[in-house]
Amino acid sequence: MAQGRPFDELWGASRDRTPRADFEAVAAWLADLTPAELLRRQQAAEAAFRSLGITFAVYGDEEAAERIIPFDIIPRIFTAREWASLSAGLEQRVHAINLFIDDVYGARKIIADGFIPADIVLGNSQYCIPVAGARPPHGVYAHICGIDLVRTGPDDFCVLEDNARTPSGVSYMLENREAMLRLCPELFDALPVEPVDSYPELLRETLQSVSPGRGDACCVLLTPGHFNSAFYEHSFLADNMGIELVEGTDLEVDDDFVWMRTIHGRKRVDVIYRRIDDAFLDPLVFDPQSALGVPGLMAAYRAGNVTLVNAPGTGIADDKAIYSYMPEIVRYYTGEEPRLPNVETFRCREKTALQHVLDNLDKLVVKLVDGSGGYGMLVGPAATRKQLDEFRAALKAEPERYIAQPTLALSTVPTFTEAGLAPRHVDFRPFVLTGANGIRIVPGGLTRVALREGSLVVNSSQGGGTKDSFVLAPEEAGPEDMQFLDKQADG
Amino acid sequence: MLLRKHEPSFSGTGSGNPGLLLSQEHKRVGGLMLSRTAQHLYWIGRYMERAEFTSRLVEATIRLSALGDHEASEQAWRSALAVVGSASAFAASGETFSPAGVRRYLTLSEDNASAVRSCISAARDNARAARTALTVEVWEAINRTWLVIRDRTKPGGVQASLNLVDSLKAEIRGFEGALARMLRSEGSWFMQLGAAIERGDNTARLLDVKYYLLLPPGQSVGGALDRDQWSTLLQIVSAKTAYRHIYSGPLKPWRVADFLIFRDEMPRSLAASADETVTLLSAFAGRSGRQGPADRIARKRLDRIEALDIGTIVQNGLHEWLHAYISDNAALDQAIARQFRFG
Repeated sequence: MAQGRPFDELWGASRDRTPRADFEAVAAWLADLTPAELLRRQQAAEAAFRSLGITFAVYGDEEAAERIIPFDIIPRIFTAREWASLSAGLEQRVHAINLFIDDVYGARKIIADGFIPADIVLGNSQYCIPVAGARPPHGVYAHICGIDLVRTGPDDFCVLEDNARTPSGVSYMLENREAMLRLCPELFDALPVEPVDSYPELLRETLQSVSPGRGDACCVLLTPGHFNSAFYEHSFLADNMGIELVEGTDLEVDDDFVWMRTIHGRKRVDVIYRRIDDAFLDPLVFDPQSALGVPGLMAAYRAGNVTLVNAPGTGIADDKAIYSYMPEIVRYYTGEEPRLPNVETFRCREKTALQHVLDNLDKLVVKLVDGSGGYGMLVGPAATRKQLDEFRAALKAEPERYIAQPTLALSTVPTFTEAGLAPRHVDFRPFVLTGANGIRIVPGGLTRVALREGSLVVNSSQGGGTKDSFVLAPEEAGPEDMQFLDKQADG
Repeated sequence: MLLRKHEPSFSGTGSGNPGLLLSQEHKRVGGLMLSRTAQHLYWIGRYMERAEFTSRLVEATIRLSALGDHEASEQAWRSALAVVGSASAFAASGETFSPAGVRRYLTLSEDNASAVRSCISAARDNARAARTALTVEVWEAINRTWLVIRDRTKPGGVQASLNLVDSLKAEIRGFEGALARMLRSEGSWFMQLGAAIERGDNTARLLDVKYYLLLPPGQSVGGALDRDQWSTLLQIVSAKTAYRHIYSGPLKPWRVADFLIFRDEMPRSLAASADETVTLLSAFAGRSGRQGPADRIARKRLDRIEALDIGTIVQNGLHEWLHAYISDNAALDQAIARQFRFG
């Protein structure tokens, strides 16, 4: 594992706070800020977010007031070169994810060709049988992916998780930028920051593009309702896209078509951006207790009369067991080497990998393939002898249920803390849109920061916060444009 | 007494309504409002209006109660319960009868779905669910009203209740102001429609409970207490000075009834509420090019009121007439719900 201090997004590996190339302007900005001014800005940020936060808080339940995610004003910055390379990698990966899902619910060639074991796909709890054989309009399944990335060195980005179901958090990308524009306008003068505000428009175009037919598609956003903790994001996106925000009871299926009930009659719905899980989509097919979904929706989907965004069954692509095969999946479908590597992952179902894991248990993170939210997880370096022994026994008994990964030295970004500026670990979630109109990525995303010293946990429930994520514009504009302007002035 | 209506549960089912297909022209008119959204907006209007009316009722009853002796005070609070149709619900709540107990029941009790706090909470829930159909101003006005009463669990003394009522009245005026600045389209119309229906219901109930004051059975009228009762009644509908502008001379029972039923200058009169309902429904029809049963019921009701006078009503029995009015109003509410496909 990486020794010594982790890579810092601003200072690189330098020990004397020399900024990385391209980051001089940011370093100068930070240097200009006295501790008092920094404190003032951070407090202004908190005040601004509290007033914005009213909008965050009032939508959730009463405790939501306390769950406003902390925001740090020092941005995380990508150079144009870094972004170009990242976005090429993201495109490649998401392209492969869509081809993979299409294949496993269709011809299953990747299994027949022996690149992935059949039981990992077909025996997976995420494999959605009702979807098999039903190809969605335009063959796109994962229209919106939130790919979680971490960085461990100057050129070392890797994918931690592919969120291909209903990734959330994009409203923070947009609201954080609003806050930064208000609080640190001078930073946008000093840096050529790419805007992110086109996201709702791009998303709307993506939804339109995957309509099952008809020219002017009626798109809606399906929310579990106003008591859901993410309702703010749902209403924010629907509002900014200018589409209707609907609940399950607003929709009905008649003769395999989906309709929404309006005050002047019913109106046909073509595309549903659904923010409810597969299990709740249709009580006739999935959980019969679900009151959130729409009876008959899956029949309409299978008949090709409505597009669901994302398609049901995309969980097969972001499962932890499948994750370990992502490099093979990318190679298989694109014929290229993966541009974005995985975190090194040991599949305990394989004998040599299992032996390595057992021999190095105290250095590794062990995860249940179907676990989430930190359950069924062992963090080797922090574990007690008893926990290690328990996992050793469990691994030997059911090795196929586990994967293991090294503990990572996540990169850091200077962050405002009570003791002044200090490095804090971050990850990054960009949002990748795939439609019939191609793959598009807004230059930005959600940077999560672990606010506790030394912590690697960026989760908001465990002391995590967010930062704005700047992507710098390429600087090719320079000299030629100036000449052009000179000529104009002359003429 | 007729029970007051509450919003049916949010979760409507795909009603048996066949639904009409929409023409292309229709789509071009702009966003079609979801029926559920319309229902939320309508009930925001009803609950905010009910919250204000009940606040005023409490305020006026405190005043009336202070003017009389112990017995008069109890009587004042009993009739306040009767006005909002909560006499039996209060008895069933197990709370012992006392002016302070009723005051709490009407303003803060969680067992009372028509308590001011419950109404504002329900209005806010509806507003949250229909957030995308509201302006920031309207949302904030409702939310601010909620914040005034959210943390109140005990009514405190009489003065505390009066202060609470004052703050609520100010916030609700803020809501009405924000509503007036909304785009004049379906969004604001549904809230105004809900408010108009609720207002008619409230005024009719108020008159019904106080009708024995207006039509005393044989006893002499005009004593000090009666005058207080009448002016209290006018205070509840915020019309004490308005009455003086329209009628000269002392308060007269017939005139008060005439005022609250027929004078359409008076915003809380039954005529004004009936007229506003017709106007709002016509506005929807103007957009959709269609009228429905609700339009016809509302129009007929207005025609009937316009053809009547207070003498005829009194001759045939004010109590009976008011009861019929309340039932008709409820039928109109139902027709509106069907016409716009509420859940």
